[in-house]
Amino acid sequence: MARSTPEINGGSLADIAFLLLIFFLVTTTMNTDTGLARMLPPMPEDQTDVEQDIKQRNILTVLISKSDRLLVDGIPMDVDMVREKTKEFISNPADDPELPEKEPKEIPFFGTVDITKGVISLQNDRGTSYKMYMQVQNELVAAYNELRDEVARTKFGRPYEDLDEEKKTAVQKVYPQRISEAEPKSVGGN
Amino acid sequence: MAKFARKGKNKMPAISTASLPDIVFMLLFFFMVSTTLRETEMLVSIKIPQASEVVKLEKKSLVSYIYIGPPARQYQGVFGTDSRIQLNDTFQTLVDIRDFISSERDALSEAERSMLTISLKVDENTRMGIVTDVKQELRKASALKISYSARREEI
Repeated sequence: MARSTPEINGGSLADIAFLLLIFFLVTTTMNTDTGLARMLPPMPEDQTDVEQDIKQRNILTVLISKSDRLLVDGIPMDVDMVREKTKEFISNPADDPELPEKEPKEIPFFGTVDITKGVISLQNDRGTSYKMYMQVQNELVAAYNELRDEVARTKFGRPYEDLDEEKKTAVQKVYPQRISEAEPKSVGGN
Repeated sequence: MAKFARKGKNKMPAISTASLPDIVFMLLFFFMVSTTLRETEMLVSIKIPQASEVVKLEKKSLVSYIYIGPPARQYQGVFGTDSRIQLNDTFQTLVDIRDFISSERDALSEAERSMLTISLKVDENTRMGIVTDVKQELRKASALKISYSARREEI
């Protein structure tokens, strides 16, 4: 009678519950939103759109038609070819007179560098699917990211992702992202 | 020594920690419930497109969401299957976007107003027409910082 069964220690139950609590806290905050960031151009004051004076060689026109077909500078193209084309357009390694002009500019860490004047004009139809549009957007951003990565590796010996903020902005100045989303147009009709 | 040992015999009983798990569980349930409550009720069904070059959206408090997609099944009888715009918890039209933006701006402090980011959560099968219209409205409301929501591609 004197010998009673010892009570099970409930102290560790708190630890288990804490573990669960921390697990939920972490997993719920980890679920952050991701996406492709863009700046829209401000609405012009007067409703007429100012035609900017840009030379033909400085524009790469990427047009996505109503039926999701792609035209780059008037040439039909596959989505996975856009990246290479864009990279060639932005970097213009051989100073081709057909490809965009360059302008020398002073940049921290780099000194005077030739900066391209190229602008990518992304045009789409009202009937273009969002999926296709995003694929092309992604390829364009990927082209810029790859070029920036190359510069970062040759200059700092590290991938672009691992650079600190100051160096990142410097690299961004070497290859400034100029993607213009054109005013809506109905190219293919409805 | 003996004196101390004798004193130890009739010491105070230890405070029971048996209720500690209950308190922690209460906290746990509170967090589980409150984190799911924050999500707005989805009236449109959205499948976010995939992209490999996505960046994280910083500071969730500065982000407002615009959902565009076909209405969920239970609303298709009323609204059809064409893509519609959802702001907060209701279906809205293009003209309401400006009011939405200004109310979102008012909710932020003076210093943070210029940092307001609009995240466009658009279904991948939506036509660009409605997206372009929304973009034009955002330009008119001068909410220029946008983000096309996309999932990170699994490779």
